[in-house]
Parts: sequence; structure tokens; C-alpha cells
Amino acid sequence: MITLTIDGIEVKVPEGTSVLDACREAQVIVPTLCKHPDLEATAACGICIVKINGRMLRSCCTPVAEGMQVITRDPDIMKARKTIVELILSRHPNDCLSCLKNGNCELQDLAREFSLDKDTFNNITPSEKEMPIDDSTGCIQIDPRKCVQCGRCVQVCQNVQNVYALSSLKRGINTRMAPAGDLPLDDSPCIKCGQCSAHCPTGAITEVDETGKVWDYLQDTTKTCVVQIAPAVRVALGEAFGYKSGDLVTGKIYAALRRMGFKAVFDTNFAADLTIMEEGSEFVRRFTKEPERLPLITSCCPAWVDYLEKVDHDMIDHFSTAKSPQAMLGAVAKTYYAEKIGVDPKDMIVVSIMPCTAKKWEIKRSKEMFHDGIQNIDVSLTTRELVRMIKQMGVDFNALPDEEADSPLGAYSGAGTIFGFSGGVMEAALRTAHYLITGKEAENLEFDQITNLNEGAKEMTLNIAGNEIHIAVAHGIKNVSSVLEKVRRAKANGEKTPYDFIEVMACPGGCVGGGGQPLGVTDAVRKARQAGLKNDDRKSKVRCSHQNPDIQKLYKEFLGEPLSEKAEELLHTHYTARPLYNKEDK
Amino acid sequence: MNEENKEKVDAIIRKWNGKRGALIMALHELQGAFGYVPWDEALYLGQSLGVPMAKIYECLTFYNYFKVKAPGKYVISICDGTACHIKGSTGVLEELEKELGVPAGTTTDDGLFYIQVVRCLGCCGLAPVMVINGVTYGKMTPDKVKSVINEWRAKEGK
Amino acid sequence: MVEMTPEQIEKLKAVGRMQKDKLLQMGKDFVTNNEKYEATIFTCNATSCHSGGGQSVYEAFKAALETAGLTDKVRLVATGCMGLCAAGPMTRIEIKGRKPFLYKEMTADVAHLIVEQHVKPLLGKPEAELKLAPHLQEKELSMDLPFFTKQRRVVLKHLGSSDPEDLGEYVANGGYQALMKCLFEMTPQQVLDEITKSGLRGRGGGGFPTGKKWALLANAPLVDGEKFIICNGDEGDPGAYMDSCILGGGAHAVLEGMMIAAYATGATSGWFYVRAEYPLALERVELAIKQAKRAGILGKNIFGTDFSFMAELRYGAGAFVCGEETALMMSLEGNKGTPRPRPPYPTEKGLFQKPTIINNVETWANVPQIILNGADWFSSVGTETSKGTKVFALTGKVKHSGLVEVPMGTTVREMVEEVGGGTSTGKPFKAVQTGGPSGGVIPAKELNLPLCYEELKKIGSMMGSGGMIVMDEDDSMVEIAKFYLGFTVDESCGKCAPCRLGGYQMLQLLTKVAKGEGTRKDLEKIKEIGSAMQKGSLCGLGQTSPNPVLSTMKYFPEEYEALLKKDDEEKGC
Ligand SMILES: Cc1cc2nc3c(=O)[nH]c(=O)nc-3n(C[C@H](O)[C@H](O)[C@H](O)COP(=O)(O)O)c2cc1C
Ligand code: SF4
Ligand code: SF4
Ligand code: SF4
Ligand code: SF4
Ligand code: SF4
Ligand code: SF4
Ligand code: SF4
Ligand code: SF4
Ligand code: FES
Ligand code: FES
Ligand code: FES
Repeated sequence: MITLTIDGIEVKVPEGTSVLDACREAQVIVPTLCKHPDLEATAACGICIVKINGRMLRSCCTPVAEGMQVITRDPDIMKARKTIVELILSRHPNDCLSCLKNGNCELQDLAREFSLDKDTFNNITPSEKEMPIDDSTGCIQIDPRKCVQCGRCVQVCQNVQNVYALSSLKRGINTRMAPAGDLPLDDSPCIKCGQCSAHCPTGAITEVDETGKVWDYLQDTTKTCVVQIAPAVRVALGEAFGYKSGDLVTGKIYAALRRMGFKAVFDTNFAADLTIMEEGSEFVRRFTKEPERLPLITSCCPAWVDYLEKVDHDMIDHFSTAKSPQAMLGAVAKTYYAEKIGVDPKDMIVVSIMPCTAKKWEIKRSKEMFHDGIQNIDVSLTTRELVRMIKQMGVDFNALPDEEADSPLGAYSGAGTIFGFSGGVMEAALRTAHYLITGKEAENLEFDQITNLNEGAKEMTLNIAGNEIHIAVAHGIKNVSSVLEKVRRAKANGEKTPYDFIEVMACPGGCVGGGGQPLGVTDAVRKARQAGLKNDDRKSKVRCSHQNPDIQKLYKEFLGEPLSEKAEELLHTHYTARPLYNKEDK
Repeated sequence: MNEENKEKVDAIIRKWNGKRGALIMALHELQGAFGYVPWDEALYLGQSLGVPMAKIYECLTFYNYFKVKAPGKYVISICDGTACHIKGSTGVLEELEKELGVPAGTTTDDGLFYIQVVRCLGCCGLAPVMVINGVTYGKMTPDKVKSVINEWRAKEGK
Repeated sequence: MVEMTPEQIEKLKAVGRMQKDKLLQMGKDFVTNNEKYEATIFTCNATSCHSGGGQSVYEAFKAALETAGLTDKVRLVATGCMGLCAAGPMTRIEIKGRKPFLYKEMTADVAHLIVEQHVKPLLGKPEAELKLAPHLQEKELSMDLPFFTKQRRVVLKHLGSSDPEDLGEYVANGGYQALMKCLFEMTPQQVLDEITKSGLRGRGGGGFPTGKKWALLANAPLVDGEKFIICNGDEGDPGAYMDSCILGGGAHAVLEGMMIAAYATGATSGWFYVRAEYPLALERVELAIKQAKRAGILGKNIFGTDFSFMAELRYGAGAFVCGEETALMMSLEGNKGTPRPRPPYPTEKGLFQKPTIINNVETWANVPQIILNGADWFSSVGTETSKGTKVFALTGKVKHSGLVEVPMGTTVREMVEEVGGGTSTGKPFKAVQTGGPSGGVIPAKELNLPLCYEELKKIGSMMGSGGMIVMDEDDSMVEIAKFYLGFTVDESCGKCAPCRLGGYQMLQLLTKVAKGEGTRKDLEKIKEIGSAMQKGSLCGLGQTSPNPVLSTMKYFPEEYEALLKKDDEEKGC
């Protein structure tokens, strides 16, 4: 432990703590802009300066040392901080009122707290013509005029996601965050995971807002609008209404959506159970009959699909052809359900509420996302967009009654709900695989070893009826390469694969930490949301996908059995290798 | 990228692959071979050295030395270091921009001349200094600009 | 890495011992060979003189000596900078038994005349009278000028009077003998102590005690078997070219300094980071490394000892901020050169995350001299806290502009009036600027200020790397402040807000003031931004870039006042 003095108060903190964090021990909150609790300090803003033994230093990136004397506020420091905020605002548009981050913006908070003078400096923000918005991906929107060059997004994209789609170009006043090679984001290696938007302190990177489109559909009386919510949404959305991270607000979301005008409210968890049936069967088939096609790699995360198609395309043959839960629900909604209620699929609108920005891309990613020329899912919204819709609609969310989802695509098992965190898909699959291999229900349903979020890449060997199944789980793209490298090495040497089944989620923590989730995600938040989903699982009566009665009914009435011709047609997809960059060199 | 260019890049890769701190050196050599750093060649180099394009572009746009577009045939470096500044480099630059009709950092429409402002060429004794494709012109004055440019125009028969 | 067997190591050591003798023999051979010559013609071929036609002067002498049949008697050498660059191209004639003689403003067409009238008649007759044609007489540059006599050349000792590409000559001048002394007669601790005792401080700007820095590295454990030493040859200060000339005049002294530090600290390899704009310096570093490798000075078990060291050269790419040590390391690692916060200091986590020290070219070049002549010799020159000599690039409106080396503590007056010979325009001297874009001005009234780290800092400037710009009464202080600020605004890496935005906004305000449109409030805002930049910038660039502005505002407030908008008074700010 290190002892230091902060504004005259003695505190003891572990070695390696930053002065910024140590200040909390003395009940001091030093203002910050560029530091994100989840990321390494970029030291870019200079607002967190304090005096340490008489020297002015940044508190966010200075580690504590024995006997340090820290002064966090004196007229000098306060004046300098204020000038710095004013300088930052002098190259920032005054667009709060029309900004997606209005009320939820770290820069705005600073501006509010600092009692700024009016127009201290000339505003030198480039015009929209000089710095246009980039929404080329349809998922992520970059408004470079609002960027304060804090470096968070670049750090996330390069070091956490290993995608290197974002970079900090040029220098001096011309410094600007821009996609790799200064290309439109869609032509860069971006996988649309949205982690950049989840970490941006300002409105410079956000989701592409599609709430207006959904309101329009809901107004259109010729359309039958149905909606689905993804697992991870239910443990995060409440945060915007004062709930703690991890608090389950599933019933209130159903109620809100119904009041919004959706004819039927479905649950992606149901489709997650369906994915398990298909993917689990696919696994058992490969495990028992086609060992050369092992490992099987999960494909329910579209950002990961995008990455694999662009970077790891030598692994395409190992990819599960099962569609993601979102996509499966869209497919059965516009066939099975449409038929059931006698609505022409053309007149049906399927909206999904996802923790994810990449899901906006997934709904158009291949021809299998369409059926008879009709797009299976019309709009994919993020959790953040749904929060705004609920606020726009004007209901007292907290006071809403808990409602149930609609049948037949609404009931879910505990296995479906745990899809929302890293390791959960694997755990769910193993529950059903055990049944499919042995014909008996598994006794052990939880595998903490693979759902533990502290490690980026996790391994486990499971014995099912004498069969050893080697498993790997990775979250955060950076952690994938070590796993795939082992597979490649074994393949090259003609050895047996080190893993039989691999789960990958692009976002750290999986979808609970998704790029479309309410802001302010940290490890603690991810874990709290995960705990919420685990709780949902444990209190479910049915905890295995194959036991979900509505799933059984769907197979009986419509699909036949897993991997049937009909299931293949509706619930499976294919992948294509694609270039990492799109650019013609002139 | 044609075979000939690929050969050139391969040679650079062979030289620097596996060496530490190689990127900037390899980019210097790439620019040496092509006069600027072309996209395809840079991408190929980056993939071979394991450096993503995001990083390469960060460097290319950060360092003054690198160009991502082909410059004019004749690169005019005009020094605006302190010694040259004090001795009137601004006037020389203004005259040069007027004579060529383009601002510093750009290439003339005919693709012949590219003007760049540099900081100290290490020959402050000759300030103000101007260098055209390696030929140094010391103790420059605005009224010398036209004749110097005409020397180079003459080479092109213009 | 493959481990060597004891036999292999023994063999290497034996080779090393042989190489040591061979190297010393090279020095002796040079002396023997040189004794054959009765005269030497040194033509300056350093950057400035070369650009001014130095190469053709060299060629002309070569032809003239051949025509005169004197190639066996007269040695012709293309040298490094002789110092008085503004008068270049320079030629120096040394005839045995006579004082050296300097020609300025040389041209190729007079080379044969000099051979005929100067060299030939005096060969073997050093006492004879020198009779030169009048137009040659005009080219004489007296060696008795205070420009030369006021200097004390330690680092520049052989610059301009030796062949920068001749390793033998370097050895003959005592080269690599400091390294041998360390390896064979001193323990690493003794080397450290000697450097600490000498009081040598970093010549790159900050003036950090070199011995103290080395000790930090010596105490740091190897990481993956490595520790590094870097030579900072980025020299970004516009209008300073000391390091360029030191390296251009032969890089062995710098390499030797680095090796001595490696021996003292246990470092395993060294990196030269040199500005890409200095082709000559790059060439000479590359050559020195190549020669040293061939001579067994670099490699394993050097001179048969347990000491091993390797060196590599890397180029800068045009970014002033890369002179800052953390940015330099970022650049060496293949990134854009943005500084990172310290701690961790380079001696904990430096280049490639391994313990590292960085010193300036001139700092390194001082090291062998200290070891050869002793700490007391070194510290006998200079002031209480600033020991030794300092190289300055004296430019601007000064009569004798060039590269000079003077004892620390030399006053501004001595520099401008004596060494520099006064203003070139004959107009009254107004101020000198030191420390480049991080420094400030020394006004005429402070003429008696001694040039040393503390005094310069006290008046709001700094030693910097050695740029010294003389200004006369015609120079506007607002303009010079604007020039430097414009430079740092261009060169800001853009990483942190106070520097990126503060510098730019300050420049806008300053430009407004310079145009006569500024108000008193604008001056207040300039100071406010300056203060925020000093406090909130991450690295030295942003922290010091307001200095030229604040310092001129302090010493020449009337120049700013005079530019304010006329009706500003009424507003009563
Ligand atoms: C913006 C900036 C530029 C610098 N440029 C140089 C430089 O060109 N050369 C140099 O030796 N040191 C430069 N320095 C100082 C170095 O960071 C470092 O202190 C120095 O190389 C240490 O060597 P020394 O102790 O021998 O002086 C610069 C520092 C800053 C903040
Ligand atoms: S990013 Fe923040 S400060 Fe900027 S316009 Fe949006 S809400 Fe306002
Ligand atoms: S906070 Fe200010 S700018 Fe925003 S709406 Fe209110 S008055 Fe307008
Ligand atoms: S969405 Fe993901 S991949 Fe794309 S830029 Fe953002 S962090 Fe990078
Ligand atoms: S886009 Fe956002 S996260 Fe990225 S640098 Fe700009 S402000 Fe920071
Ligand atoms: S992968 Fe994520 S977004 Fe997709 S269904 Fe699962 S929890 Fe939802
Ligand atoms: S982990 Fe979940 S939220 Fe993140 S990209 Fe994948 S599916 Fe979307
Ligand atoms: S210091 Fe520069 S200007 Fe002076 S002689 Fe050397 S190279 Fe030339
Ligand atoms: S002070 Fe300037 S140069 Fe230094 S890190 Fe900040 S922006 Fe970059
Ligand atoms: S929060 Fe510490 S520098 Fe930005
Ligand atoms: S300032 Fe122009 S060459 Fe040095
Ligand atoms: S370059 Fe010749 S005297 Fe300096």
C-alpha cells in the first residue's frame, strides 16, 4: 500500500493506482474528459491536471508514489482547467440541442460545470461541408466536427478490437480521428461493433439513428408491426430510467413496446433457443460424422462474422451456418407467423431491439437475410434508440406493469437468455448438445470457467458420455487470434484440432457490453448485467433450449426437425471472403 | 501493382522484415523508390510487415517528409527556418508562389513543380536557402526567383 | 539466440585482442603516412559550404595539385564544418612550420592560383614570405579574429581540420582510446563516477545531469537481456545545426561516447535517431557504424573483453516533436511521434518497453574527452553549475555567422560583439533569441548575462540546443514571437488539447495584434492561454511554446502596446 496526501487528507491505496483514482479515496472528484475508466489513459485533454509535489501533472496517468503531496484545486489549476475547456469548445459546434448525446455527453457536463464565459475564443470549427458526417456503414455515424481527439475510440478499435479501422491522422490543429487510410468508414476494416460509439465521450461517434423510420412504420395502418428484444437489452435498458445495471426490466419493455403500437412483442431469446437447436445439431453432426470440419465456430455475432469474412476467411468452412437469433426470428416471423395470422409478409414489419450496432448491418448482409425478395428484418434498433423512443412516447416507464411476450415467438428458456454474455452461447449449446449426444438431460448446467468475464480467452474440456469436447471462448476481437492460431497450426501440421467448438463475441463481455448499449460501460457494469441474465436463467422454469415448448411446437408445425430442408432454407446462411479495404489506387 | 513495382517493394520488405523499428525506414525507402507512398504498395508492405493501414496512414500524414500523392517532377524546398526567416525567406516564398501560381504544399497544374516549406536545411550560412531537386540556391532574394525557375523550365523546353 | 560455447567465446576474444592492436596500428599508420606530406589543403565540404560550391572547389584543388605534380607532397581533404559558414565555401591551408591560413568565399577558379602562389612557393620553406595576388589577399580570413580566438573547441576540435571519413585519423587524434581506457583500466562504476564528477549536463536543452541519468540506467535491470542507449540527432530547432555539423564531421566521437555509456550502464545496443533532412550526417553515421563493425569496435566481446555492443541508424521523418524523448521512442518503434506521459520514465520503460537513456549528439561527443582528460579538466571550464563548453549556431543579423564553441559562462556581449563581430547591418543590437521555439529573448540591457542553464532560465529563456539568433533594431519582436509560435503550431503533435488548440488560438490572437487590430483584452487572453498551455500541455513542446511570446511581451511590452487598436483606450478595459 502507498500512502499519499490529497488536499491535506491522507489516503492509502494499492501500488499502481493512478492519482485520479486515489483522489476518490479522499472524496475528491477530479474532472476528466479523455480518460475512460475502462481504458488506458490517453493523456489527451489536460483537464485532470493537479499539482503533485509542486509540479503540474495529469492525475489520470500518474501513478501514486509514497509520500506524494497532491493538490487538486487552487486558483491556478482551476483557471487552467477552465481555459482548456474553453479552448476545446472553441473548436466544437454549438449543436447540443440537436445532438444525439444531448444530456448524456461528457463534454456538455464539463461545460455546464465550469461556469464558462460566453465566446471566449473565436469558434474555429470547420463547416459541415469541410468535415461531412460519415454514415457510410449505416450503423455507425461519425461527426468529425464534434470530435475532441480524446483517442478513446482509436484505442478501442486498435487495441481492444484489433480491427484498426480508426486512426488519428495528421498533426497539430489538423489532427483528426478518421477511418484507416482516410477512407469512408464502410470501406475500412470496420466491423460495426460500435465499441467506438460506446466509448466516445461526445456526440462524435454514435449509432445511426433509425427511430424515425420505426415511428413511420408504426403510423402506417397498412403495416403489421412486430418487434423482438435481444437478451442483453433487458438488463441494460433500465439504466436509462434509474435502475441499476443488471436489473431485469423485461416485462416493462414488453409493455412499453406494446403501447408504442407493436401488434406483437416477441423475444429474441426464443430465437436464441432456435439457434441452439440448429447450431447444436450442426455441432453434433460434425462431432460425430465430420471431424475434419471441427472446430465449429459460432456465428451469431455479426461483427465477428464481418471480421472473419475479411480477416480470418480461411476459417469460413468452420463457421456455423446457423443464422443469428435476430435473423432467425425475422425469418420465422415473415413465414410461419405471417401465415399463422394471415398477413402478407410484404405488409409485415419486423423491428428488432439489439444491444448492437452491427445488427443494423446484419439484416442486409447476404441474400439469406431476404425471403421471396422481402427483407426479413426491416429495422434493427439499438438499446439506446429504444430508450429515446420510450422517452419520446412519454410513458412513465418505471410505473409500467410487467407484461408477457406474445406467442408463438415469445417464450424462452434460460439457455436463450444467457446468449447475452460471453460464454453464454457455449453454455446454452452444451446443455442441448449433452441431450442430443446422450439422449439424457445434463445435470450440470453452468460452466463458470467459460462465462467468467475476467479473461479474454477461455478454455475448457468437457466430458460428455466418454467424449472429450474441447472448448474455447473469446470475447473482444483481440483475443481471437491466439485461439485461431492454435487451430491453424494444428491444421498445418495435420494434427487433431485443439478445439471442437469455439464461441466468439466481438464486444468485451459479449452483448451485455454491446456497442449499442446505454453508455458508461465498465467492467463492473458488464458483470452486473451478466449477473442479471444469469439470474433470469436461474429463475426460468425451463433452462434448456430443446425443452422450450414453443420451440418444439415450431418444429412440429413448421420446420420438421433441426437441419431439415426447410430449416436449412430459412435458418442457415453462407459466408464469403471479402477484402479488408475498398479502394482503387489512382 | 505491377510485377516491377512488386519486385521493388519485395526488396524493401526483405531488407526490413523482422527488424525492429522498421516501419519509418521502410516508408522512407518506399518513397525513395516511387517519389511518394502509393496506396497499393503501402498496403502490400504493411501486410508483409504486419502493420495495419491505420498505422501506416497515421505515420504518412503525421510526418512532413512523406507524401501520399505524387508530387511534381521538380520538388522545390524553401527553407523557413529561423535564419532564413530573419533574412527574408517569406518574400522569396511569396514570389515563388506568385511565379508558379500555386500555394506551398501543392503542385503546379502542369505537374512540373511542387513547393514545400521546410525548416532549416542545415546551411543557415547561406540563408535564405532554396533547394530544387538537390540543387541548392543560397542567399536567395525575391528577384532571383524568376530566373532560377526559368532554368528548370528551360530543361523542359518551356 | 544461440548460446556460444566457451571455446567459441575464447576465440572471439582472441580476435578482439588482435583487432585492438590493429586499430591502434591504423592510427600510427595514419601518422606515418601524414608525415610524408609537407602541407594539407582542407576544403570545407560540410552542408553549407557544399551547397555553396564546396565540391567544385575540392575538384579544382585536386586538378591543380595534379597539374603541379604535388599530389605526393600535399594532402587534400574534404572536411567538416570550419565554423564560419556564412563566409563559405572555406579552405584551410596548413603548411608544416606555418600557422594555418584560411580562405573564405572560395570558388573553383582560384584553386590553381592558390596552389601556385601559396602552396608551391612555401613548401619546405615555411619561413618564406607569402605573396598573394590582391584578389586572393581579399579572400584571407584572419585566424586572429575573436571569432576564432574567443572559442574553446572541445567537441569541434578536429572539425574542419581532419578527414571525417578516415578512421585512422580519428584514432591518431586519440579516438577510441577513451573507450579502451574504460574497458581496460576502469570499472563501470568508475566511469559513472567520472562523468558525474565532471558535471556534464545534457546539451539537448533540458540540462539534466548526464551522470545522474546514466546511474538510473545502470540501476535498471536488463529486460529480456536488453537495455538501450539512444543518440538524439533529431535537432529540430529551426536555425540550429550544431548536431548536424558534429555528426557530419565524423560520427565516431558520438559512437564512442555511446559505447562508454553502454559500458558504464550495462546497455546492450545503441540507436541513432537522425533527421532525414541531414543527408550528410546520415551518411557519416552509417559510415562510422560500418567502419566500426569492420574494425571490431562494434560487436561481441569488443577488444577481447566481455563488453558487447551494437548500433543502428534510424531516420527521422520531419517532425520537430520527435526530438522529445518519448516521442522519439514512439517514432523509433514505428508510430507517429506523439509523446506519452512520464512516468514511467525511459529508464524504467523506454524503447520497446526496455530501460533506455537518451542523450543529445553534443552530450555524447563530450564524453570521450572527459574520459581521456579527466573530470577535473572538464569542470575547470564553465560556471559553478554549467561545466564545459557549449556549441552555438550563431545566426541572424550578426557579422560572423556560424558554428562556435565557447566556454559556458561566456556573456552575451562577448558572443555578439566579439565572437560575432557585432551586427551585420551595423545597426544597434536589440536582442538575441536562444532556446529556439522553446526559448525567449535576451534584451540588449541584459548583455552581461552569462550563458549558462540557470541564468537563461531566470530571465525566461533557456539554453536550448544552441540556436542563437541576433536581432537588430529593425527586427520586430512581435514578428519573431509570431514566427516561433507559428512553428510550434505547425509542429504540435496534436495529441493534447492545450497545445493543439491553445497554440492555434494564441496564434490567431497574435496575428490580429500584429495586424494592428488587437485589443488589450486580446493580450490578456494570450497570457491566459499561455498559462493554460504551460500547465496543461503534456510535453515540453506545448509547455514551452508560449515562451517566445510571453518573453517578448515581458521585455518589449511597448512593441505590443504600439500595435493595439487606437480606440482601445476608450473602452477602458
Ligand atoms: C519539443 C522538444 C524537442 C526536442 N528536441 C530535441 C532535439 O532536437 N535534440 C535533442 O537532443 N534534444 C531535444 N529535446 C530534448 C530531449 O527530449 C531530451 O531531453 C534530450 O535529448 C536528452 O539529452 P541530453 O540530456 O543529452 O540533453 C527536445 C525536447 C522537446 C520537448
Ligand atoms: S457532443 Fe456534447 S457538447 Fe457537443 S453538441 Fe453534442 S451534446 Fe453538445
Ligand atoms: S441550455 Fe441554453 S442553449 Fe440549451 S436550451 Fe437552454 S438556453 Fe438554450
Ligand atoms: S465499430 Fe468497431 S470496428 Fe468499427 S470503427 Fe468502431 S470500434 Fe472500430
Ligand atoms: S470520436 Fe469520440 S472517442 Fe473518438 S477521438 Fe473523437 S471524441 Fe474521442
Ligand atoms: S448475439 Fe447478442 S445480439 Fe445476437 S442474439 Fe445474442 S445477445 Fe442478441
Ligand atoms: S458481441 Fe453482441 S453486441 Fe457486440 S457486436 Fe457481437 S452481437 Fe453485437
Ligand atoms: S554549421 Fe551549417 S552553415 Fe555552418 S558550416 Fe556547418 S553546415 Fe555550414
Ligand atoms: S504538448 Fe503539444 S506536442 Fe506535446 S503532446 Fe501535447 S499536443 Fe503533442
Ligand atoms: S483525463 Fe487526464 S488528460 Fe484527459
Ligand atoms: S534556417 Fe534555413 S537553412 Fe537553416
Ligand atoms: S560548412 Fe564550410 S565553414 Fe561551415
